[in-house]
Amino acid sequence: MKVLVPVKRVVDAYVTPRVKADGSGVETENVKMSLNPFCEIALEEAIRLREKGIASEVLAVSVGEVKVEEVLRTALAVGADRAVRIEAPRQTEPLTLAKLLKSLVKKEEVGLALLGKQAIDGDNNQTGQMLAALLGWGQATSVSKLEIEDGKAQATREIDSGLQVRAMVLPAVLTVDLRLNEPRYASLPNIMKARKIPIEVLTPESLGVEVVERVKTLSVVEPAKRESGTFVESATDLVAKLKAVKVL
Amino acid sequence: MSVLLIVEHDGSSVLRTSLSALRACVGIKEKSGGEVVGVVAVSDRQADEVARDLASFQGIDKVLVCKDARFAHEDAEAFAASLVSVAPSFGHIVAAATFYGKNLLPRLAALIDRQQISDIVEIVSEKSFRRPVYAGNAIATVESKEDIVPLTVRTSAFDPVETREGEAVIEELPVPDGAKHAFGEVVEETLSSSERPDLTSARIVISGGRGMQAGEHFQLLEKIADKLKAAVGASRAAVDAGYVTNDYQVGQTGKIVAPDLYIAVGISGAIQHLAGMKDSKVIAAINKDPDAPIFRVADYGLVADLFEALPEFDKALE
Repeated sequence: MKVLVPVKRVVDAYVTPRVKADGSGVETENVKMSLNPFCEIALEEAIRLREKGIASEVLAVSVGEVKVEEVLRTALAVGADRAVRIEAPRQTEPLTLAKLLKSLVKKEEVGLALLGKQAIDGDNNQTGQMLAALLGWGQATSVSKLEIEDGKAQATREIDSGLQVRAMVLPAVLTVDLRLNEPRYASLPNIMKARKIPIEVLTPESLGVEVVERVKTLSVVEPAKRESGTFVESATDLVAKLKAVKVL
Repeated sequence: MSVLLIVEHDGSSVLRTSLSALRACVGIKEKSGGEVVGVVAVSDRQADEVARDLASFQGIDKVLVCKDARFAHEDAEAFAASLVSVAPSFGHIVAAATFYGKNLLPRLAALIDRQQISDIVEIVSEKSFRRPVYAGNAIATVESKEDIVPLTVRTSAFDPVETREGEAVIEELPVPDGAKHAFGEVVEETLSSSERPDLTSARIVISGGRGMQAGEHFQLLEKIADKLKAAVGASRAAVDAGYVTNDYQVGQTGKIVAPDLYIAVGISGAIQHLAGMKDSKVIAAINKDPDAPIFRVADYGLVADLFEALPEFDKALE
């Protein structure tokens, strides 16, 4: 079973994003960029499935300009077998992404798609579900535990009021949550080796997908700043202050 | 054009998160005209009670009941497929940005070939909305170019609607045979049951972080929560450490809350946590590290050992 793992290059989770002065978006030049943490977890899970003999191949894919090959190199260094970049403008909408991925799934005869549940830049949480819909596959989102046996997956999902275990028929799309696993680090020799693995480049045209803008970003601004607060001396003072502003 | 609201319930009543999303639907209707139609997926046993409850809320013009035995559990594949035929008669399709709504709506959006807008906090016009991105470090104003706009709503940004006199019309929405394919089956659910108010709708939330050091220490927070009728939350670090279960998690990828008062205890304040609570009206923080980032968003900060501060806080409430 071939496993597809889409990976996204995003502003590093430990960097505080800064809004551009012209209001067109968030600054991504000269900012530390990394593999989206949720994609990292999906990739780790796929590699573990291969190590257990359940997956035959882990195929990493990223959509974007040449720069996104950085995260594909990272994916190769931690253990992806192959990497594909789909050439596209920097911000591709989830539905277009899902169409590109669907086409790749068909082309590569993928049996399982593992995705991060969201990217920490757009915070959309859409692509996996859309991919499942377009493929006519089942979906399990926010998966925090996964067991696969005899062509069936048992996925534990984080839901609003607790946990839900869903038995899934494969093929399926699974989106992963934070507690599924702890991703490994790439070793230096593997990082060096990954530099030499060729990355296949595809275009939306070759996948039969038209890239269109369906939602336009009009402006991006900083959120309202909170006024700075004050320190209190004791818990008793804190209660008094909270009572004074009538929230207790 | 009318607005379709996908409604969540607990088997008998509509969830408050859906009532917040309903408030957003009423706001959209003011700009787009038409009706607000609420749709629920229910099992036969639950159908009447849930439908009647939904029909009793302000702003609902019509209730659609999608009834099937499979809807005793969440089934996004079947529900999305059932909504495809009615979707084109609506200008907006709305769900709360809960785990349930996030699971379902993108699937429906893709089935009808429309791009969803996630997590809106403000309605600017019929087609344009504001939404936080980058864990709330930026607010984007976006505009849909499409005729049908699927939207999820950040529930903390909209007050839930109240009940009213009279009831809306209730109609059935059949589940087409094509929607009955079994992609998966819920084999087990572990649901937290608590007498305390729900995190996303509580007036006061008290949350613990890694500084709590152990699950049993959350009792210190629970004792205070019970006195204040507050909900108890947690940071990702506390959930990862196993102190409390995942449904407690407040943050970018957990639950987003905006209560009147948020009390952060032993939480350092990573941007991912701040994303889930920084719109609270008043924020109080207790942490022994004076440089903890949580103090930058707190209205009232107390630098103290929480194991001394919490009993004192509790006593001062009496």
